Amino acid sequence: MNTPTYHRFDTIIVGSGGAGLMAALHSGKEVGTAVVSKLYPMRSHTGAAAGGIAAALSNIEDDSWENHAYDTIKGGDFVVDQTPVEILCREAVECIYDLEHMGLPFDRTPDGRISQRRFGGHTRPVPGDSSKREPVMRSCHAADRTGHMILQTLYQQCIKQGVTFFDEYHMLDLIMVEGECRGIVAIEIATGRLHVFHAKSVMLATGGFGRMFKVTSNAFALTGDGPAIAYRHGIPVEDMEFYQFHPTGIYRLGVLLTEGCRGDGGIMFNGKGERFMETYAPNMKELASRDVCSRSIYEEVRAGRGVSGKDFVYLDIRPSTINKYKSSPIHRDGLEVDDHFIESRLSESLELSRTYLGIDPLKEPMPIQPTAHYAMGGTPTDFETRVLRNASGEIVPGLYAAGESACVSVHGANRLGTNSLVDLVVFGRRAGKAMARFAKENDFKPIPKDAAAPTKKQIESVLSKPRTEPWIRIRDELQTVMMDECGVYRTAEGLGNASKTVAKLKKRYESTGIQDKGTVFNTGLLEYLELGCLIDLAAATVASAESRKESRGAHSREDFPDRDDVKHFNHTFATKEGDLGVKIDTRAVDVIYVEKDGQKVPKYPLEVRKY
Amino acid sequence: MSELTDPTKGYLSTRMLTVQLKRFDPEKDKEPHWQEFKVEARPIDRVLDVLMKVKWDQDDTIGLRKSCGHGICGSDAMRINGQNNLACKMIVQNLKSDKITVEPILGLPVIKDLIVDMKPFFDHYKSIMPFLVNNDPAPTTERLQTPEQRERFDDGTKCILCACCTTACPPFWGNREYVGPAAIVNAHRFIFDSRDQAAGERLEILNDAEGVWRCRTVFNCTSACPRGIKVTQLISEVKRALITGVVDVPQPDEVLA
Ligand SMILES: Cc1cc2nc3c(=O)[nH]c(=O)nc-3n(C[C@H](O)[C@H](O)[C@H](O)COP(=O)(O)OP(=O)(O)OC[C@H]3O[C@@H](n4cnc5c(N)ncnc54)[C@H](O)[C@@H]3O)c2cc1C
Ligand code: SF4
Ligand code: SF4
Ligand code: FES
Repeated sequence: MNTPTYHRFDTIIVGSGGAGLMAALHSGKEVGTAVVSKLYPMRSHTGAAAGGIAAALSNIEDDSWENHAYDTIKGGDFVVDQTPVEILCREAVECIYDLEHMGLPFDRTPDGRISQRRFGGHTRPVPGDSSKREPVMRSCHAADRTGHMILQTLYQQCIKQGVTFFDEYHMLDLIMVEGECRGIVAIEIATGRLHVFHAKSVMLATGGFGRMFKVTSNAFALTGDGPAIAYRHGIPVEDMEFYQFHPTGIYRLGVLLTEGCRGDGGIMFNGKGERFMETYAPNMKELASRDVCSRSIYEEVRAGRGVSGKDFVYLDIRPSTINKYKSSPIHRDGLEVDDHFIESRLSESLELSRTYLGIDPLKEPMPIQPTAHYAMGGTPTDFETRVLRNASGEIVPGLYAAGESACVSVHGANRLGTNSLVDLVVFGRRAGKAMARFAKENDFKPIPKDAAAPTKKQIESVLSKPRTEPWIRIRDELQTVMMDECGVYRTAEGLGNASKTVAKLKKRYESTGIQDKGTVFNTGLLEYLELGCLIDLAAATVASAESRKESRGAHSREDFPDRDDVKHFNHTFATKEGDLGVKIDTRAVDVIYVEKDGQKVPKYPLEVRKY
Repeated sequence: MSELTDPTKGYLSTRMLTVQLKRFDPEKDKEPHWQEFKVEARPIDRVLDVLMKVKWDQDDTIGLRKSCGHGICGSDAMRINGQNNLACKMIVQNLKSDKITVEPILGLPVIKDLIVDMKPFFDHYKSIMPFLVNNDPAPTTERLQTPEQRERFDDGTKCILCACCTTACPPFWGNREYVGPAAIVNAHRFIFDSRDQAAGERLEILNDAEGVWRCRTVFNCTSACPRGIKVTQLISEVKRALITGVVDVPQPDEVLA
């Protein structure tokens, strides 16, 4: 292996999804900035987001950022940090207009404004009766390709602004000196050469880690590299037990059918043809939040009411069905849904069903099952996106994180649909600005001469090992045990089993190698290293799930079915101890208090979460 | 809803496929060569799954790109049975025979196996100013645009820059300086956006010798596009704008009238 190539930038951003690109635009305006990404920017999984991006614009129905904040906190089952949530919902509005000015092709209302639609969990007080809530049109959309359009628009603006990109460079290590982050080490995939990026600050924007589970909506590349590498340097991961399963994944494949299907009136049926959500969420039905819908599907399947007794149910978006149940918002205007309407609003979902199932959703319902979708947890940060070193909230100078790989904790125990894309742009922008400020106020600090030595050693060790078994088997077993024991439902016994299995898999992982010994596009090597990240994060996830002895949001313990606000109204911090050990700490939830009748009371009081 | 037949019957049956893969390892090979693999596949497996099965179970030195797995990221453009497609968008039950040939897309330098150098492709894309230009001060809320104006450039916004079109284009094979259909599609997306002010500059770029006139309207690009974009039609609209000097974007008063 050759000597590493040295680069120096004020700011290095790892990841070119929505969070990374937004940060790059803002940091790049002020200081030397480069984006390092293992994929070409347009390949990032932000492009897969379909449904929309939430902001209380009130373009169609009256709404307010306070409504949005309330929904986000309730949706997250209250273990949500309230200061960042208020920032999120307030700045969302500004950020949407920013995106529009950058050229994002939002769909339009007849009067030319950004069009909005309903999405699960987004509500407002019923006008005239504020004790009740009703769904509200808050999701701004560009057909059902909103994420693709965001990614495209941000990338276009980066080109316009001349942002520096290192495309297909895979980060393998952080350069940590005296508890500060001073750069990264990455491998140039096309040549196998190592590169040292010396920086004043580094941002992790590496996205989610759905590949930990067997059925997932996540891209192959989503292996949690950022949080995992930070974790190995002693930086905790927060709230890993909160992993969202989206109810409407394509059967077996896991590819997502957007929640927009239900927002536009789609209905879920069990094998007996019953609209089962009427039982589980009489008020919101299919528009209840995702964890509720996913559990309902599991319940139906367990009770033998899956289709043909199998592990799936139907999602029906046929116009005849939607009209029969009057489940589309347009019924309120006295209109009916027709093929053209569905075709224009949900073209991507129709296409996915036609391609992967051979089913035309205008004629037949689609077989669906819950799919591993979104990590509420990740590398902990404060609302300036600075990474936290521990549960007491000390920061790691020079290290920032945003997007799905981070946890500022605006999603708590369960994220609402359309709230991730806002998270990316709001906190991506904050990260860019914060890093630029940091770079102006600080000088480069020295890094060791051999900063890439540990990475070099890591690679040489993999290449020198014989392949005793295909490592893919280890990955398959990891995904299976995580899906079965640490998925929608969890028990102490199952988690214990998962914990032992993960430990065994780690041993097997460490003893086997790969066939490819080359330097050019050694994707075998990179996939092997990605699996290592998944194993470490799986250990942290299982330990976090074991420690939370209650059911809250996406975390459902069958042995502790109730929410326990006395013991568990807090965040979980998991820190690596030794090889596979995990130390668990807790951190208080950030609660905002207001004055009411001369007393300080919580602005968002705890309530039972019902839809 | 009345009971329906189970559409997932048969998902678990398998079929033996023969995959002919064009291999090239720059560290070992002087010339590309074909290698044959046998692999068991299920009807709803994607061709991408088939290739990954071969890679993971039999030979992890195989080089290919992938990410989203469902046709939205543009990573895995390749020539499958002689036609450009995304490997993740073809499923086994739609294959006509039990034999598939897979090779890299044409016209871009091969780096390893199915991986080509995308830089020339992205350079063409960047050359047509693929970003909104509007020098008026931005309003405090959104710039207004009617649904008709928005619809006018919708097709081009679907592009995922996969290069299936450009690498299926005979004039591009013959002359790599030609900007190619993907770049023109993306220029169209802005030229016909009512909010944009740089249509003239983009048209000037495309009027160049290596611009839109290289296209001989062979339609290969349209049939290759996995996103169903009417590529050739968009190219024709750009040509027409150049010939007539008119960019026909719906006017808001026209629409409201
Ligand atoms: C199918 C689907 C639909 C969705 N729909 C919606 C929706 O409608 N609304 C909504 O709000 N949210 C939605 N989400 C969630 C949302 O899209 C994601 O949470 C969000 O896009 C994540 O963005 P990101 O910028 O954090 O990461 P990503 O866009 O995933 O990008 C990660 C980046 O990190 C890079 N990277 C990773 N590891 C490394 C490494 N080791 N070295 C270098 N680079 C690395 C990758 O190359 C990539 O560029 C959806 C998610 C999915 C999967
Ligand atoms: S229509 Fe034009 S751009 Fe498309 S393949 Fe033919 S020559 Fe190339
Ligand atoms: S126009 Fe179609 S084929 Fe061409 S790059 Fe875009 S998506 Fe791919
Ligand atoms: S893997 Fe993303 S388009 Fe095929």
